[in-house]
Amino acid sequence: MAERSGEILLNGRPRILTPGQSLAQLLVELELDPRWVVAELNGEPLGRDRFGSVTLQPGDRLELVRPVAGG
Amino acid sequence: MTDLLRIADREFRSRLLLGTGKFPSLPVMRDALDASGTEIVTVTLRRIDLDSPEPNLLEFVDRDRYLLLPNTSGAEDADDAVRLARLARAAGLSDWVKLEVTPDPRWLLPDPVETLAAAERLVKEGFTVLPYIGADPVLAKRLQEVGCATVMPLGAPIGSNRGLKTRDSIAIILEQAEVPVVVDAGLGAPSHAAEAMEMGADCVLVNTAISVARDPVEMARAFRLGVEAGRAAWRAGRAPERAVGEGAEASSPLTGFLRGTA
Repeated sequence: MAERSGEILLNGRPRILTPGQSLAQLLVELELDPRWVVAELNGEPLGRDRFGSVTLQPGDRLELVRPVAGG
Repeated sequence: MTDLLRIADREFRSRLLLGTGKFPSLPVMRDALDASGTEIVTVTLRRIDLDSPEPNLLEFVDRDRYLLLPNTSGAEDADDAVRLARLARAAGLSDWVKLEVTPDPRWLLPDPVETLAAAERLVKEGFTVLPYIGADPVLAKRLQEVGCATVMPLGAPIGSNRGLKTRDSIAIILEQAEVPVVVDAGLGAPSHAAEAMEMGADCVLVNTAISVARDPVEMARAFRLGVEAGRAAWRAGRAPERAVGEGAEASSPLTGFLRGTA
């Protein structure tokens, strides 16, 4: 499974990466309100305060999660 | 009369915890939370479906009013559970976690070995851990010893609405408990909740019985009353039960004038 450059794995699916894009910018592109998003980058949880400063790199595995109803 | 529920360093007036799953709509869920009087509500984490984003649950849960209790639903082992708890904390949801590790999708019974392992790790990482467990008094004691804030034994399999099928084991757990005991899962009617509270449970967690009722808001109110009735009864100290062989004992005096000879 060779990684193609310029791609990240977003919620298990490949996505072309805009060079230099921050997580916050990606959320804008996805039309997701950052207040409700929980992010995990390469297996590590990412606090909301870092969304603007983290720049996505080719090969990154990003999980975007949100709280939903549950018991 | 103040009768507060203390869990870790927090105090609560309500002894009814609510799950948010399976409500017909988020507005109905919001109204049911309100009617129940609850102060602690569970939520779960799910991967966002980027093709069809759903409405945001948290827009319907007032965080000034309710403590969010993220669960680790979906975790099949301790690693999964720790990962989910860390995510929830990093996201600013809470450092409280309802720990549930349920590898078997048919019965959704908690795995005691993985639950204990996860609980130890999470307590060390500073989480307030509320583990969901089978009604096993030995396990409950072990979880208490490793620093869990509560134990949460199930009354019956989750979503089954069958009531306190594990009554005898829960009685032993209650006798041993030094932390609050939350009866979680299987309570199908307010009378079940009242029964648990009459036994001395500190609180109960209800979801399906409310969310799939014909009128969830009215059922939320009914559970609130059931929990309050059961708690008041426990505090009042119920009258002793008489064995059948002991016969009846009248509540009115039988001595009297009808057949009196004097």
